[in-house]
Amino acid sequence: MPLTYEPVATTTLSTAASSITFSSIPSTYTDLRIVFTGTGTTSVGIKARFNNDSGTNYSYVEMLGNGGGAFSGRQGDLGYFALDTQFNLSTTIPTIRTLDVFSYAGSNYKTTLVHQSNNLNTSGNIIAMAHLWRSTSAINQISLLVFSSTIAAGSTATLYGIKNA
Amino acid sequence: MPSTYQIISSTTLTSSAATVTLSSIPSTYTDLVVRFTARTDASGTNDQIALRFNGVTTSSYAWTRFRGDGANAGSYSPNTTETSGYVAQVDAAGTASNTFANGEVYIPNYTSSTQKPSYAFSAAEDNATPAYLTLAANLGTATTAISSITFLSINSNNFVSGSSFYLYGIKNS
Repeated sequence: MPLTYEPVATTTLSTAASSITFSSIPSTYTDLRIVFTGTGTTSVGIKARFNNDSGTNYSYVEMLGNGGGAFSGRQGDLGYFALDTQFNLSTTIPTIRTLDVFSYAGSNYKTTLVHQSNNLNTSGNIIAMAHLWRSTSAINQISLLVFSSTIAAGSTATLYGIKNA
Repeated sequence: MPSTYQIISSTTLTSSAATVTLSSIPSTYTDLVVRFTARTDASGTNDQIALRFNGVTTSSYAWTRFRGDGANAGSYSPNTTETSGYVAQVDAAGTASNTFANGEVYIPNYTSSTQKPSYAFSAAEDNATPAYLTLAANLGTATTAISSITFLSINSNNFVSGSSFYLYGIKNS
């Protein structure tokens, strides 16, 4: 039986970097999943882009709980996926981002479910997001990036491919 | 290529138990996933379950919960460390029989020497109110590698027969 859930690539930063990029993603899977855990060299927001597209082709809706209240919001026409809507990377405690990209090689717009799990002992939140990338191109590159500062050394991101048969 | 997503252990209760411990977890994976089906013998319609790593029962867990019950959504955090991490709202004796909550706990980098973030996502739906959909962000403050995970009722009730906990290891290469 072919493997259903395969690691495609993994990166653990040996030095701080402004991005982690998965390129040359094969089109042979059905869905993709990225699991990121890490910190920032400063408290910096982390974002994602597909195929290096910096056009205003991204939008999302989110729901959030921060221990004090529940919220929901949305933004459209962004130049990136926001993985930091309420919580930047900590400089000391790793937090989690997961991205589930469905039918990434298809010819429809691309839906991604994002999960942010942040708990720094004294504060925290948990966020579920639905993102849309308005492109009919197959995804062959995914970048996790920060626009200022860097993702800290030791941070890890893994790309998994999921097959439906 | 070795399998990326492997079953490590499978526990299905044939009688009630106060805790379920997944032990002797090998250090050869990158992340862990626990997928569970759970119900307790609490007298009401629901109970809450928690987890501990490596049998640590001291105040070593921080958590933030986000929960919807079909009528309201709310978030809560104790804003202090607790003696267990939060997992889920589950069905109890007051709900329809044969109805169990289901969910998943994801624990990345469980062998690292850092504090241990994890998240839980669960659903307890029983064709009645209240029903629950819960997300939880957890942090285990201990920096030792995780070699065991214990699930328990926050209210000291028992898991009933049929509750199951499946532990999977995920390799990133």
